[in-house]
Amino acid sequence: MKTLTKTLHAALLSTSLLAAAGAQAADVEVLHWWTAGGEARSVAELKKMLEAKGHKWKDFAVAGGGGENAMTVLKSRVVSGNPPTAAQIKGPSIQEWGAEGVLANMNDVAKAGNWDGLLPPVVVNVMKYKGNYVAVPVNVHRVNWMWANPEVFKKAGVAIPKTWDEFPAAAEKLQKAGFIPVAHGGQPWQDFTVFESVVMGVGGPAFYKKALVDLDQASLKGPTMIKALETLQMVRKYIDKDAANRDWNLATAMVINGKAAMQFMGDWAKGEFSAAGKKPGKDYVCLPAPGTANAFTFNIDSLVMFTQKSADAKKGQQDLATAVMSPEFQEVFNLNKGSIPARQGMDLAKFDDCAKQSAADFTASAKSGGLVPSIAHQMAVPAATAGAIQDVVTQFFNSHTMTPKAAADKLALAAKVR
Amino acid sequence: MADMSVAHTAGASKFGRFIIYGLLALVCLYYLMPLFVMLSTSLKSLDEIRAGNLLSLPGEFRTDAWVKAWDSACTGVQCEGLKGFFWNSVSFVVPAVVISTMIGAFNGYALTMYRFRGSDLVFGMLMIGCFIPFQVVLLPMAQTLGALGIANSTVGLVFVHVVYGAAFTTLFFRNYYVTIPDELVKAAKIDGAGFLRIFFSIILPLSVPIIVVSVIWQFTQVWNDFLFGVVFSSGDRQPITVALNNLVNTSTGVKEYNVDMAAAIIAALPTLLVYIVAGKYFVRGLTAGAVKG
Amino acid sequence: MNATVLSSTTAPAARPARRCRWCDTLDAWLPKLVVAPTFVCSLVFVYGYILWTAVLSLTPSRLLPNYEFAGLAQYEALFDNERWWQALSNLAVFGGGFIVICLAVGLLLAVLLDQKIRAEGFIRSIYLYPMALSFIVTGTAWKWILNPEFGIEKLVHDWGFTNFTFDWLIDPEWSIYTVIVAAVWQSSGFVMALFLAGLRGIDDSIIKAAQVDGASMPTIYRRIIIPSLRPVFFSSFMILAHIAVKSFDLVMALTNGGPGFSSDLPATFMYSFAFTRNQIGLGAASAMMMLMIVVAVVVPFMYSEMRRSRHG
Repeated sequence: MKTLTKTLHAALLSTSLLAAAGAQAADVEVLHWWTAGGEARSVAELKKMLEAKGHKWKDFAVAGGGGENAMTVLKSRVVSGNPPTAAQIKGPSIQEWGAEGVLANMNDVAKAGNWDGLLPPVVVNVMKYKGNYVAVPVNVHRVNWMWANPEVFKKAGVAIPKTWDEFPAAAEKLQKAGFIPVAHGGQPWQDFTVFESVVMGVGGPAFYKKALVDLDQASLKGPTMIKALETLQMVRKYIDKDAANRDWNLATAMVINGKAAMQFMGDWAKGEFSAAGKKPGKDYVCLPAPGTANAFTFNIDSLVMFTQKSADAKKGQQDLATAVMSPEFQEVFNLNKGSIPARQGMDLAKFDDCAKQSAADFTASAKSGGLVPSIAHQMAVPAATAGAIQDVVTQFFNSHTMTPKAAADKLALAAKVR
Repeated sequence: MADMSVAHTAGASKFGRFIIYGLLALVCLYYLMPLFVMLSTSLKSLDEIRAGNLLSLPGEFRTDAWVKAWDSACTGVQCEGLKGFFWNSVSFVVPAVVISTMIGAFNGYALTMYRFRGSDLVFGMLMIGCFIPFQVVLLPMAQTLGALGIANSTVGLVFVHVVYGAAFTTLFFRNYYVTIPDELVKAAKIDGAGFLRIFFSIILPLSVPIIVVSVIWQFTQVWNDFLFGVVFSSGDRQPITVALNNLVNTSTGVKEYNVDMAAAIIAALPTLLVYIVAGKYFVRGLTAGAVKG
Repeated sequence: MNATVLSSTTAPAARPARRCRWCDTLDAWLPKLVVAPTFVCSLVFVYGYILWTAVLSLTPSRLLPNYEFAGLAQYEALFDNERWWQALSNLAVFGGGFIVICLAVGLLLAVLLDQKIRAEGFIRSIYLYPMALSFIVTGTAWKWILNPEFGIEKLVHDWGFTNFTFDWLIDPEWSIYTVIVAAVWQSSGFVMALFLAGLRGIDDSIIKAAQVDGASMPTIYRRIIIPSLRPVFFSSFMILAHIAVKSFDLVMALTNGGPGFSSDLPATFMYSFAFTRNQIGLGAASAMMMLMIVVAVVVPFMYSEMRRSRHG
């Protein structure tokens, strides 16, 4: 027995010595689903930065469902007592994870890097849990964009509509000229994206906030929402009949090819245009969705930090956070992704015009109150509620019998789900 | 099998044969179409895919999609294609298949030749256990593996596959051994042979067909599994199904359909090969009574 | 399996009458010992986890497990959920359709292949190979084929039949049937192999006797052959039922539950609510309902078959 204890002691001692000797170099494991060519290259930059600091990057990519599979894996890892260093989590989910008590406090890094000064207040709120930084933002996507093919509009002799009132007439003319007015992919999250842009366009940012962020029952059941739903129904008339289950990038391709006139999609659509060699302003234009010129619906990707046990892992995590907030990474990542940096005050010379406009609108709408979180991209309300509301929206979108009034009532019910 | 055609007259049988062959050929089309679609798409260029229709033949046969899928497609930060993940899959599929087949053989043998009180109950329990949806066991299994210290390792993944595969292999072996006459084993017992000796000298030599069935089935299940692979492995130890999924399901990036199809076929090659090569043994094994009862 | 085999494998004269004293007791316990690990694993990793899921379904768990007691609140929420009822009805449609069609197709193909076909092995491989593919691959391939924009519908249009429509994939009423089409494609080959094996195992003499009596081929099939394939029907049913209940990858890859949630199945419902929507308690409740349905359908069937096979 004595020899056993002695051997155990020796073993423990040697392993801890080894561990101490291996200090400074940690395994940084980041769970994400940025697996496409451009995105992957961006994450590779992050990997380079961390390896320069002497850490080892352990890639942990799990694609599928916009994070569905990744969340499953993350939960399993947390439950097994072995969370990764960081994970791609955004929006209110950050608060839910914080409530479980598994997130790390990044205040030291934040202070050293002056995050409070470099990020707009609306972003800071999302990254903090109970006043402490637990996540670092990677980018800012704008969701309420409309992408249009000016050639198509010219051929049909129509001006690009700027409000929902102008929309029906323009769409009719486009249809008569033989084009598909709206390119759309009939997947629930896309239906939801169009819905939120319509709500914003019809009701304005204040109404959007009340109904879809604060989940006010009266607003959800009321006349403005019914009007928004009627507008959505109207938009549906101008979508081609093969839209169901179409991937978003195939819809973008319809605009690129000149088969369709416009698409309501976030700024990642820009990547498709660039890949096809199209130039902004000439081959395609980016405009805020009708009626949303003074609003900015944001979707911020962020890396959430999990509590690590060893000192090395903590150091690796801190270096990760600093690297993500650095101007070099913010620039490279967002150039590849089509979004704009979360970090303010950067030189945007390398970015294209759509991105520059996006950045300008971001700052402007932050001041004017038009900066709102996207409900369709899990920024506004908890996942359960967003899911329930999405179910109603997509059901309404695909149904030929549901009335706007019935849908509004269902929305109000869905908003109660927690 | 009885010589059925003898019962028909010459003319009717010719027409009958024609119908039979015709039906078989038509059905073959249904079965082959997806494979054809996948193959032809993987050999086209992206422009051709966007422009053409599904069943059109590629204009020129380009193999760059295949090279990219194997060697340089992005599955995360690393853009090294599927090759590494292919060997990852092999590294846990082989032990899982071997171990679960062995366990199934022993279980089937014990449950049929040494009927003890409750052996039918045990068998029934195992069968019902087959129906548990795997999503249900993810979280508790993660907790258990974490507690055992084998979470996120090849050992843990093999363990999970063996645990959930043993029920099926036991089913196959048990149903097969039921058809072996009891007298064989009884006589050996009377002669004084023990449990293990009877198994290795009598039963095992007779089991070749069902071993083939079990190996094929388990190999297919474990190789094609995604859920356990994605949850219980990480980073560069992930199986090929996870890599394929990462490759195909880019969230907001550009999709390269030809690379996706090539990758899907590469991922499916081992199981396809197994079925094509060992397929006739599969049927032979089933014929020898695998699933009679 | 006759006496000569026996005498060559055992050498009664050369071995002692009994070995060591505790070898026999060990030998008596060995079968139970051998089965024990699997039994224990099944108990813990299947039934134990089912119990854990049951407990979870009685808690208000959201993101991660949380063990307060919430009574039947999750089940109430489940039954209030329109999407759950859609998933259940889809399971009935899909399960019923898939099993029946697979059995019919499998049997038909087996009967056809049994007619002394040339190149039988080749044709059989063609029917069998889909089983080798993962559901993700199957779903992706069929998603393309069934897509009206560039799949079958477009192909037929290109051939000139411009009035042809085949848009099940995008029609909420019909999307679940596309899942049946893809699932049958994947699994009917296996059922065919099972039936073929069963057909080959039927004793010739009975058939010949019936033919001598003047029975026609269809009658022979109907009265003799198909009834004697009963065990194969049972095994196929068990395997197909298990595939139907677990159908998750296929739906995710083919329709992702869409359009809307019209082709959702309980397995995809459970996954979505448990893992994406941070409602693990509700997911657990739906999983329990799934298991109860399975038990209600499968257990009586199994029980009656096992009793029959022991007596018959």
